[in-house]
Amino acid sequence: MLKYVGLRLVAVIPVVAFVVVAVFLLLHLAPGDPAALIAGENASPQQVALIRARLHLDEPLLAQFWMWLAHLGTLDLGNSIFSNQPVARLIAQRIEPTLMLAIATTVLTVLFAVPAGVFAAWKSGSTLDRGVMLMSVSGFSIPVFVIGYALIYVFAIQLHWLPVQGYKPLAGGLWPCLRSLLLPSIALALLFSALVARVARATVLEILSEDYIRTAQAKGARTPRVLLLHALKNAGVPIVTVIGLGFASLIGGMVVTESVFNIPGMGRLTVDAIMHRDYPVVQGVMLTFSVVLIVVNLLVDLSYSLFDPRIRYRGK
Amino acid sequence: MAPAPASGPGLATTVPAPRRVAFRRPGAAVIAGVAVLGTLVVIAVVAPLLIHDYVSINTGARLLPPGSEHWFGTDHLGRDIFDRTMVGSRNSLVVGACVALATTLLGVLFGLVAGYFRVVDSVLMRAMDGMMAIPGVLLAIALVSLLGGGLWTVIVAITVPEVPRTARLVRSVVLTLRELPFVTAAISVGTSTPKILLTHILPNAVGALTVQATYVCASAIIAEAVLSFLGVGTPPDIPSWGNVMAVGRQYFQLAPWIIGFPGVLLSVLVLAINTLGDSLRDRLDPHLARRSGL
Repeated sequence: MLKYVGLRLVAVIPVVAFVVVAVFLLLHLAPGDPAALIAGENASPQQVALIRARLHLDEPLLAQFWMWLAHLGTLDLGNSIFSNQPVARLIAQRIEPTLMLAIATTVLTVLFAVPAGVFAAWKSGSTLDRGVMLMSVSGFSIPVFVIGYALIYVFAIQLHWLPVQGYKPLAGGLWPCLRSLLLPSIALALLFSALVARVARATVLEILSEDYIRTAQAKGARTPRVLLLHALKNAGVPIVTVIGLGFASLIGGMVVTESVFNIPGMGRLTVDAIMHRDYPVVQGVMLTFSVVLIVVNLLVDLSYSLFDPRIRYRGK
Repeated sequence: MAPAPASGPGLATTVPAPRRVAFRRPGAAVIAGVAVLGTLVVIAVVAPLLIHDYVSINTGARLLPPGSEHWFGTDHLGRDIFDRTMVGSRNSLVVGACVALATTLLGVLFGLVAGYFRVVDSVLMRAMDGMMAIPGVLLAIALVSLLGGGLWTVIVAITVPEVPRTARLVRSVVLTLRELPFVTAAISVGTSTPKILLTHILPNAVGALTVQATYVCASAIIAEAVLSFLGVGTPPDIPSWGNVMAVGRQYFQLAPWIIGFPGVLLSVLVLAINTLGDSLRDRLDPHLARRSGL
């Protein structure tokens, strides 16, 4: 088991290295002078020079990179050009809404998509199955902001059940916070469920034709027991994998959803930073999101051994 | 599923049924998909020729609801949403098609090289892993903001995050095929490597690549709308569905039709493309179809 964990950790190193280099180089990929790009079109030469000096853009590229790495080592992501605050602090301030949204969405997705997929596979070919698959293909096809505005229109503007936009911090109580996140997390969960329900259905469908399912049924195990204990447990690895892989599109979806619902999270921070050409913030946010994504997928890899002991023993 | 091919008496057991791929009767979903896609392609070609005045500002007709005068209503500058949506369809289809094409070409290039040359493989694939670790939308908005707005920048920015998946697909096909007898036979008679890759290996990936390109096209159309919606997509002077909807953000409570109509059309188009992709996959790869549903 320890060897398995070790191998996984080592495999992550080159990926993290690539992300760090790519995010650093991003600013230098643009044609022309990065300082002029950040300053904008109407900047005076003095302003451009000031930005160049502040971001050390006048140093050689390699020296800049080492400086950036050294700062990263102390979790220093530089300062925002726009507000002059440390990027790490800006991210820390915005992390709560995004984290809450991610948790709410994942919980909703798992509660909805996994049973939907299992039932669709069990009643394969039925109306229910077709309904689940239609929902899945729609989730892939409707942009998350269109779903978001449709939900706002129905539940906030027409029915007045829920607030139109905004976020209530957790400090003000769990219920108001969850209420403010209900519509955005439903919008995101529809997107995420499309992926998860489809994989859950496909995997369970395949497992249901296995010999051990027939054996279980022949021995008189009741349907819920067969579905939950025999089928779903063995479908665990693909389902958890797709949740990990889907996290990338979930992060993209959160950036959009936070803009639609006016949630002051990391997604909004990203969009605002792009608008202000605040590249230290953009780099910081991209790096943070990427590291989160890598860690989530690492945890997914490690969780395999919970579902499938063969993986645990293979590492020995 | 197709019925078993009809066979003459006495012959059925000796003659194996031919592989039937084409000429299966298309289902209702496919017909609907082709109809929607065809209609929108026609609109995308014809609308910009017929509708010339989709930019002029008419302050007397601000935020009008849909009616006989303005079928889809008007925006905050009194511009007709129907006209702008029809003209904007061209942009979405152009972006979708260009991204699908560019992704496929680059994916084939990287995938063939990585799959066939062991030395390049580990480096290239780690780079692809790294790229997949950066959320696609983030990478795309960062690229657009750095490279400056414009239709081609948007296409490049959406293509870059899509390439790794296609490259992996091609690589996996190459890895399975390169050990098969027909490839080793080709090597042993001295066929050159580019020829093996292009004439022996690539044709076997065409089916999977076509399906993948369909999905890439669908997700590129959504990505363009998302970028424009966030204000970093197609420049405002080119009408696109994303642009039209971006305007609607501030006026959503007053004028939900600005987002509503283009949003529905966009969803219907992407749904049609995805449905076609699914049925194409079912046809080309029955085994995969059983696994992935629909």
